[in-house]
Amino acid sequence: MSMWEYANPKLFMGWTRPVLPWMFASAGVCLVVGLVWGFFFTPDDFRQGSTVKIIYLHVPSALMAINAWIMMLVASLIWVVRRHHVSALAARAAAPVGVVFTLIALFTGGIWGQPMWGTYWAWDPRLTSFLILFLFYLGYIALWEAIEDPDTAADLTSVLCMVGSVFAILSRYAVLFWNQGLHQGASLSLDKEENISDVFWFPLLVCIAGFVLLFVALVLMRTRTEIRARRIRALEARARRA
Amino acid sequence: MIALLLRDLRLAIRAGGGFGLGLAFFLIVVVLVPFGVGPETELLSRIAPGILWVASLLAALLSLDRIFALDYEDGSLALLATSPLPLEGAAMVKALAHWITTGLPLTLAAPALGFLLSLAPEAYAYLLVSLMIGTPALSMIGTFGAALTVGLRRGGLLLSLLVLPLYVPTLIFGAEAVRRGAEGLDPTGALMLMAGITAGSFALLPFATAAVLRINLR
Repeated sequence: MSMWEYANPKLFMGWTRPVLPWMFASAGVCLVVGLVWGFFFTPDDFRQGSTVKIIYLHVPSALMAINAWIMMLVASLIWVVRRHHVSALAARAAAPVGVVFTLIALFTGGIWGQPMWGTYWAWDPRLTSFLILFLFYLGYIALWEAIEDPDTAADLTSVLCMVGSVFAILSRYAVLFWNQGLHQGASLSLDKEENISDVFWFPLLVCIAGFVLLFVALVLMRTRTEIRARRIRALEARARRA
Repeated sequence: MIALLLRDLRLAIRAGGGFGLGLAFFLIVVVLVPFGVGPETELLSRIAPGILWVASLLAALLSLDRIFALDYEDGSLALLATSPLPLEGAAMVKALAHWITTGLPLTLAAPALGFLLSLAPEAYAYLLVSLMIGTPALSMIGTFGAALTVGLRRGGLLLSLLVLPLYVPTLIFGAEAVRRGAEGLDPTGALMLMAGITAGSFALLPFATAAVLRINLR
């Protein structure tokens, strides 16, 4: 039995049902532990004061906003190559979750930016490319909604996702060329000197784990919903024909 | 391919609407800007590169849904798909025809409109060059968007939502090249990156466009 057989809709429904509550529970535990630890049991930064604590929402959601798109890209590729319906539905299910993460990242960034940079919004490369990513998500979802035939919709959105990925990366580097940044560089890379200190680092790791688990759980749940919706549509069509 | 190109050009010119409309729209957008931001020459000349680029982008967008919609409705797109010419080639020709009917006139008209916005005199050459290099990319990307939405009844608004984010890199490099030209800096970097986008679009997007058309014709 290969791993692809888990993508069979019936098997998928079977193994996700017992797994889902555990996923949600562990996501909840990670988020509660990480956020409480981060908010109440870490010292204030000596320059940023308590505003530094928004990092526990901002960084994980920004990370997941990008990862959600990458996951959609992989799911689209699997759909185009192997025609697994669950894969297409998972890509569809991930898009709204990705939008919400993008919005959380943009909003928390703005809230943090007001006291720190003196402005909610600046046309900084990172901020701008996130806004563009948000637009890509909107177009992707709108295309899904606009097309009635599910297989056509899956095919077209997959192609859009692939082309969009190329252009999203292009935009990322184009805005770098256009404007020098206000946003700080990476603070989490493994090999750099200027990483954030361990006091902030461990609760942040827990929060990131929580966001990843939450994302996977939400996508699985939404995929199950999509599968059920499609079954209902098939049953209705059969009833109409009979 | 040449026959298809000539047919599309003839249709665009004789059917009316498409050919002049984009130009007129371009003119109106550019004329509206001074009403919006005020008539100070200094301000206008500073924002002129951006305005001209955004306006030409919108004008190109305006005529995108005509690329495939009529052919899809009367069935000639299905004939094209079964013709010996590969659909990839047809997609590229369609983009080329769109560029000749909108991008090229826009490029030629832009310096005259730059005059209205008191664009810096050094920037005219760069405006012309950057539009000449950049508008083919707009046409090709737009053709892909038009192919995505060809089967939809009310695809116009969706088309803009899909295509405009894809236009971002071209717009950034285009406006940046003109701005640098206006300020006396060296714009070759931006121009070369934009040429790269155009070449890349024409190399890869015909395949995506043809794939999408085949799905829509299924």
